Amino acid sequence: MSLLSVQALSKAFGGVVAARNVSFQVERGEMLALIGPNGAGKSTVFNMIGGQLRPDGGSVSLNDKAITLASPGERFRLGIGRTFQVAQAFQSMTVGENVQMALISRSGENHSAWTPARDRHRAEARDLLELVGMHEAFERPCSELAYGDVKRVELAVALAGDPRLLLMDEPTAGMALRERAALMELTHSIATSRGIGVLFTEHDMDVVFGHASRILVLLRGEIIATGTPAEVRGNARVRQAYLGDLPLTAAAP
Amino acid sequence: MDLSFVAIQALSGLASASSLFITACGLTLVFGVTRIVNFAHGSLYMVGAFTAATLVPWLLEFSFGPVSFWAGILLSAMIVGLLGVVIEVLLLRRIYGAPELFQLLATFGVVLVLQDLVVQVFGPQDILGPRAPGLRAPVEILGRRFPSYELVLIAAGPVVLGAVWWLLRRTRFGILVRAATQDRDMVAALGVNQALLFTGTLFLGAFLAGLGGALQIPRVAANTGMDLSIIAECFVVTVVGGMGSVPGAFLAALIIGQLQAFGILIFPKSTLIVVFLLMALVLAVRPSGFFGRPEILASGHAVGIVSRRPTPYGRMLAAIVLACLAALPLLGDAYLLKVATEILVFALFAFSLQLLIGVGGLVSFGHAAFFGLGAYGSALAVRWLGAPMEAALPAGLVLSGLGAALIGAFVVRLSGIYLAMMTLAAAQILYAVAFQWVEVTGGDNGIVGIWPSAWAAPRDAYYWLTLILTAATVFVLTRVIDSPFGYTLRAARDSESRAEAIGIAVRQQRWLAFVLAGAAAGIAGSLYAFSRGSVDPSLLGIPTSVDALTMLLLGGIQTIAGPLVGSAVLHTMRDQVMPVTALWRLVLGSSIIAMVLIFPRGLVGTIRYWREDRA
Ligand SMILES: Nc1ncnc2c1ncn2[C@@H]1O[C@H](COP(=O)(O)OP(=O)(O)O)[C@@H](O)[C@H]1O
Ligand SMILES: [Mg+2]
Repeated sequence: MSLLSVQALSKAFGGVVAARNVSFQVERGEMLALIGPNGAGKSTVFNMIGGQLRPDGGSVSLNDKAITLASPGERFRLGIGRTFQVAQAFQSMTVGENVQMALISRSGENHSAWTPARDRHRAEARDLLELVGMHEAFERPCSELAYGDVKRVELAVALAGDPRLLLMDEPTAGMALRERAALMELTHSIATSRGIGVLFTEHDMDVVFGHASRILVLLRGEIIATGTPAEVRGNARVRQAYLGDLPLTAAAP
Repeated sequence: MDLSFVAIQALSGLASASSLFITACGLTLVFGVTRIVNFAHGSLYMVGAFTAATLVPWLLEFSFGPVSFWAGILLSAMIVGLLGVVIEVLLLRRIYGAPELFQLLATFGVVLVLQDLVVQVFGPQDILGPRAPGLRAPVEILGRRFPSYELVLIAAGPVVLGAVWWLLRRTRFGILVRAATQDRDMVAALGVNQALLFTGTLFLGAFLAGLGGALQIPRVAANTGMDLSIIAECFVVTVVGGMGSVPGAFLAALIIGQLQAFGILIFPKSTLIVVFLLMALVLAVRPSGFFGRPEILASGHAVGIVSRRPTPYGRMLAAIVLACLAALPLLGDAYLLKVATEILVFALFAFSLQLLIGVGGLVSFGHAAFFGLGAYGSALAVRWLGAPMEAALPAGLVLSGLGAALIGAFVVRLSGIYLAMMTLAAAQILYAVAFQWVEVTGGDNGIVGIWPSAWAAPRDAYYWLTLILTAATVFVLTRVIDSPFGYTLRAARDSESRAEAIGIAVRQQRWLAFVLAGAAAGIAGSLYAFSRGSVDPSLLGIPTSVDALTMLLLGGIQTIAGPLVGSAVLHTMRDQVMPVTALWRLVLGSSIIAMVLIFPRGLVGTIRYWREDRA
């Protein structure tokens, strides 16, 4: 039984087919990269797995439980955590509160309306922020952070739900080179130690080939190749369609 | 009901649809390009009617004939178009990037200013315009007489639609308007002179409003109530048709015209209700109207409360203020107590709105609905059940809470400007019910004789009662704002998709917020009813909603104490200014505009900003 199983997902926006017959699995502890040029449909696939978009056809199941039509909230409780291509954080709150909110929600406290939110789950929120290296910013307003730091906070928020599956849509976009490597390093180790399956998209081929255990290549909404980094790199169709002009040696780990 | 009657009814429905479309078309065009919902559009319509009703008779004096008449109508529309340009250059241009709440408030400021200016320029009386030369004799249709001017109106709608269509499809200006409506960034990228495009659009929009108003003069007398009644209908037309869509506005106007014409037969007094119910229904099924697209909404521009560390001063200050307020009756000034009671009531009213706007980012433009429901709930309990105050106060709370639960259920599916319009519509429905259901609500006169029980009847006792209930409710609400529940509202305001992705049921939380805010506003309304001894429909009106918004804006949307201070300042100002000038609305309107332009943080927010800036 796979952690996540996606069967024949399809989605069209008007005339534009953003996903056609997309099927794949994610296993526990695996880092699966979904790559493809801009507009290939990566975010669309992510949003159908995360519950932000309703697919036109196909199914999604987590641990063999069908969740194709479940709301994002239900998916959160079943163990899906995610980050967004454009980082989504609560800008009016402090960094700590951003993580505390996820912990509050996970603990079923969304309806408690008397004791202050800021006093809840502080220690655990601090630990999660420490994991991503943001604990020193605990009391800082999220609106003051650099974009790369917001992405790290977002990762802590996603981890606060204690996910089985982590969806990361371009997690390192907007980050400096060194930061990118560090963040993926960190994600990799968390995934392995906790047995979390990670599905991520990424434009930085160093990151992809350095960290993915498997790669899916999406082109105009269709998966054109899948396999280990070595297999994908050797795939003629992928090189022609997407990696074509990339010097192979530079991308080698 | 025979065939000829149905035909006549349908024809007059078409005539009103035409007038409505011509006006609403301007509103929707302006929204499409500028993304501003221009509250003053109805005022431009009113100015058009007054101008034409003055100008056309004067032209007819010179030379009597259809040419003078129609030239006068067009000239009036041109004048209004120029007024639109003035408004764009002086005001709108400065607030294109502002949060939509500020845009709505600022343009409502223009509504207030124009109300007083119209009286200054044209005098307070209604002006009945001349009938159109050559169209005085009615025509006979299926054996019934039908005013021939109405036939001209019926044709005017499609003619304007055709002209606008041609303008949008065949001219460079029109292509830019369409491009701007569909994709703002594209226009910027094209490098066109945006300012000119926006000014031109305002001219066109205002021209159409003026034309719509001017065409009315043979049918209805130009009067000072025209602005708010037409703007409410225009909002419905644009929202039902889809904001920014001209064909949508045409279709919606057609449907609404027929609904009004035949609705009269079913609910003789409540065409307004039918119209607003249509809007509720359409939005429930299609949250962006017939032809609206969700992307057209401005997004992610909520302003509101942000996290800050609790300070000991805050509590101390609150305790001191509370102590001073409690000691106020010792001064023994009855008038002061009356004013203080009203300030407290409105402070509570504005504070309850803060939960929706400042915390939830839900720009409710119809908060008077809940204030009025609270007041009427109490008054009806007294009037029809003979309830004492002790029972009537909770009755108001229950009615407003139930009303908020019902309205909230419709509203939480919507966002941005649609939400604002829907709340406004809900309040207008209730206003219409209170106004027209005379047997129960007393209609225009309202219900009188709502007095407190004997123990609370003395001024100081009632003041204390108000203080206790207000302080207690505000205390509870501040706890709620700081609690996980309040934080989930803020979370949904900051990023709906993030909130949902961490398992927050956004709609449900917002619905609960509506119930809570509605109930709190209801307490304020009930207290107000007993302090005045009466209720009337104006408690449910747009100006009451705007009062609460003004207080919020005045005090500061980003602060918790803001609405309380705002209420005190606005009320005191009104108390001081109103007796010395007939131009209170002009003063208030300009103040609102000035606040939006100069002090968007509000009083409390500005003070805090200065303090933190120095620190
Ligand atoms: N909400 C939407 N409405 C219309 N078209 C969309 C929408 N979201 C994505 N698309 C289109 O679907 C295609 C795939 O987009 P996306 O999934 O964002 O690609 P990627 O993430 O791979 O860059 C693109 O052509 C995009 O324009
Ligand atoms: Mg993408």
